[in-house]
Amino acid sequence: MKERVNKQHLFWRAGFGATPAQLREADRQPLRKVVSQLFTNSRAFTPLLVVSDDQPDKKELKNRFKEGQLNREMLKDRIRENREAIRDLNVLWVEQMASGRGALREKMALFWHGHFACRNQNNVRMVQQYTNLIREQALGNFGDLLMAVSKSPAMLQFLNNQQNRKNAPNENFAREVMELFTLGRANYTEHDIKEAARAFTGWGFNPQGEFVFRRNVHDEGEKTVFGKTGNFQGDDIIKLLLERKETATFVTTKLYRFLVTDEIATDSADQQRISQLADQFYRSGYDTAGLLETIFTSDWFYEPKHIGGRIKSPVELLAGMQHSLGIHFEQKQPILYVQRTLGQVLLYPPNVAGWPGGRNWIDSSSLLFRMKLPDLVLKAGEVTIKPKDDGDVNTALLARKVNRLFAASIDWPTFEKAFQKGNGEHVLDELALYFLPQPLSPSQRTLLLTKVKKEAPRSEQIRTLTTLLLSLPDYQLC
Amino acid sequence: MHRRKFFKQSAFATVGTMLIPSFLKAYESKHLGLNQPVGKTLVIVQLSGGNDGLNTVVPFRNDIYYRERPTIAIAPEKVLKLNDEIGFNPALEALKGLYDDGLVTVVNNVGYPNPDRSHFRSMDIWQTASDSDKYLTTGWLGRYLDANCQGNDCIAHRAIEVDDTLSLALKGQDLNGLALLDPKKLYNQTRSGLVAELSNIKPAAEVVASHPNVSYLYKTLAETASSAEVIYDKSKVTHTKTVYPASELGNRLKTVSELITSGVNTNVYYISISGFDTHINQPGQQERLLRQYAEAVAAFTKDLKTNGKLNDVLLMTFSEFGRRVKQNASNGTDHGTANNLFLIGGGLIPGRVFNEAPNLTNLDEGDLKYTVDFRNIYATLLRDWLKVDDQAVLGRQFETLKVVSQS
Repeated sequence: MKERVNKQHLFWRAGFGATPAQLREADRQPLRKVVSQLFTNSRAFTPLLVVSDDQPDKKELKNRFKEGQLNREMLKDRIRENREAIRDLNVLWVEQMASGRGALREKMALFWHGHFACRNQNNVRMVQQYTNLIREQALGNFGDLLMAVSKSPAMLQFLNNQQNRKNAPNENFAREVMELFTLGRANYTEHDIKEAARAFTGWGFNPQGEFVFRRNVHDEGEKTVFGKTGNFQGDDIIKLLLERKETATFVTTKLYRFLVTDEIATDSADQQRISQLADQFYRSGYDTAGLLETIFTSDWFYEPKHIGGRIKSPVELLAGMQHSLGIHFEQKQPILYVQRTLGQVLLYPPNVAGWPGGRNWIDSSSLLFRMKLPDLVLKAGEVTIKPKDDGDVNTALLARKVNRLFAASIDWPTFEKAFQKGNGEHVLDELALYFLPQPLSPSQRTLLLTKVKKEAPRSEQIRTLTTLLLSLPDYQLC
Repeated sequence: MHRRKFFKQSAFATVGTMLIPSFLKAYESKHLGLNQPVGKTLVIVQLSGGNDGLNTVVPFRNDIYYRERPTIAIAPEKVLKLNDEIGFNPALEALKGLYDDGLVTVVNNVGYPNPDRSHFRSMDIWQTASDSDKYLTTGWLGRYLDANCQGNDCIAHRAIEVDDTLSLALKGQDLNGLALLDPKKLYNQTRSGLVAELSNIKPAAEVVASHPNVSYLYKTLAETASSAEVIYDKSKVTHTKTVYPASELGNRLKTVSELITSGVNTNVYYISISGFDTHINQPGQQERLLRQYAEAVAAFTKDLKTNGKLNDVLLMTFSEFGRRVKQNASNGTDHGTANNLFLIGGGLIPGRVFNEAPNLTNLDEGDLKYTVDFRNIYATLLRDWLKVDDQAVLGRQFETLKVVSQS
């Protein structure tokens, strides 16, 4: 039993949960083998594509309009298509997470998306390139990932480095790369930021969406960063940041919060582990896969207090539910609607600091909606909650309401196969073991049993109990 | 507060409200210990999308304004004049009436250093009251809840957002506000499915001990059910006779007014309305929204006056930024910076224009420079109006504006 619980824990933290069939297979393997399988299953990388590389962005479209190649109506349509394509990319990514293919890769890409949070509403090509970049390098070397994200047009645009020029520096990118991507607060000075910003002058991108170093706007002068003086360019600053041990500690702490626990007390065992993990990460030259393997094969990772200790993010909740039951929505809207209502829309993070996560996901209304969600998804219940309009005319379509919003196909037959033994009570216990990180309390168990008709066919009992179990506050945890 | 105790009180209060004339209600709550005195109430109306301040409070004597906005400027003869320099957009006729009654204070040039022109980021900054280069995960009203949460007196519905979902502004570290579009809808939600039964269930003690998030979830659920019940019980007997416009804001302000008269223990209400992101064909759209706003606020004010609450309620209206001085090529305006803001209520030093009109000759890349930090406004609302420790909420000292009447 404990073995099974540990493996479910692993599948939830290193992915989006496992189907009953996946768990049955894992039952036959030692834990180490299950861990190595996670890496094997994530070896392949396939880009998510919604547009071709020559899709024009808003600016290019406007130029074409000025040159008379497009009329006003066509321009409007093409700009709208651009935005809708970003929405399509969001849906495609969630579906990829829900599919269970390359689960560890997608889970880590989700982590990096929160770490290197970036949004851009007008250029789907840049967003697509950024998304595939963090997916492709999700399990690779952090230094390479940092360099690639820093040079990605999406990030350069988001953090205004296109406007960072000699004699008119824009410090936005230099500040965030230190505060949020590498060192963390208190490990740099304002002077470091000013000087680093000078080194990043000239980093930009061309209309084709490729990184360019514009030497003519680069500040060639000497800069002093972290006490070192040189004729630094952007690449040199990234290297200096990776040389600092604080970077390894900062990133490891964030990863520990994401994978292990977000409640880290000072002077705790957690802190000692983070420090050891950061040592390993630093010594390995920022090998992300190696760090993950150490975490997933450590005994402390499976301590009972960690199992079911984390609140699922909205995307984890949705993708996990879809994965467990083989749910496919007929339309794209429900996937966007759930993200919007619960406050995590992929490719639209709130700001460069990403989603705060943890208890921040839960308030009275988000909890009630999470508890209502299984009814909406599994029984096509009536939608009564309207997500807030954020005021931007450009994202209004994310909140669009449609009829039969949650129409979905659910692979019940495959799911039900795993629960064919015993009577109603036994089925409930088996389902609870599968869906929940902790056993039901006696009062919960009694309550749920009153909701099923004993004489109903097994299939109906399974479906009713599944809907009930997914509605529990306990299902919000993993 | 325990659920059972809550229920007893609310059941009693319901009977009380039905049988006792309203002038006796104050006596009832004071002497029967049913409620803490509610004191002052703050209502915030957020205009999402970046309302164009220059076409809301128009500098009708300013040549630059007319030069930069050849097709969308509001002609001087149409402006509802507040003084020699500025006046309201004609769509704010209902608000002008309140201004003439001394109930409206206009604060010009409100903003913050290093302004951000992104909706999301700037709204983040306003809702968290952070500096523009810092990221906070709690909202200013959430921290207000935290700071006023002692022992058994931690109630989520001290701050209510009239909506289906809760804004960051009302999320605290230890306590979140409560979102409800109307009391009955929330009550029904807490009575449907498993919610009602689960909110009475305690998770296993050994699980709670090792898993603080389990108790956090169940606690949130139980508090939501309690609050929903208390609010519904109290509010179902108060129905205003004032006619509100049938707009979204009208409906929400009506809900606020009914909650205020019902004696619910709530000090802060939050409402947001959107549509102000007017990049294209601004005039028609903005005027429609401003008219809805003014008419809803006028009905609300009238209602408060009827109920004798006008001096106890202050309404503040803001937007995440103003818009560029120069109009764009689509008869609209693009994202800008500093903006004006309204304070409305009977508890203010009788209404006026608080400070100087925007200076259109001294711009920052085509945008207005702020002269009043929005956190000075927040400090005023917290310290002078709600009488709470503003530094505990804002993290440091901000001067208050001398706008609240001391009487």
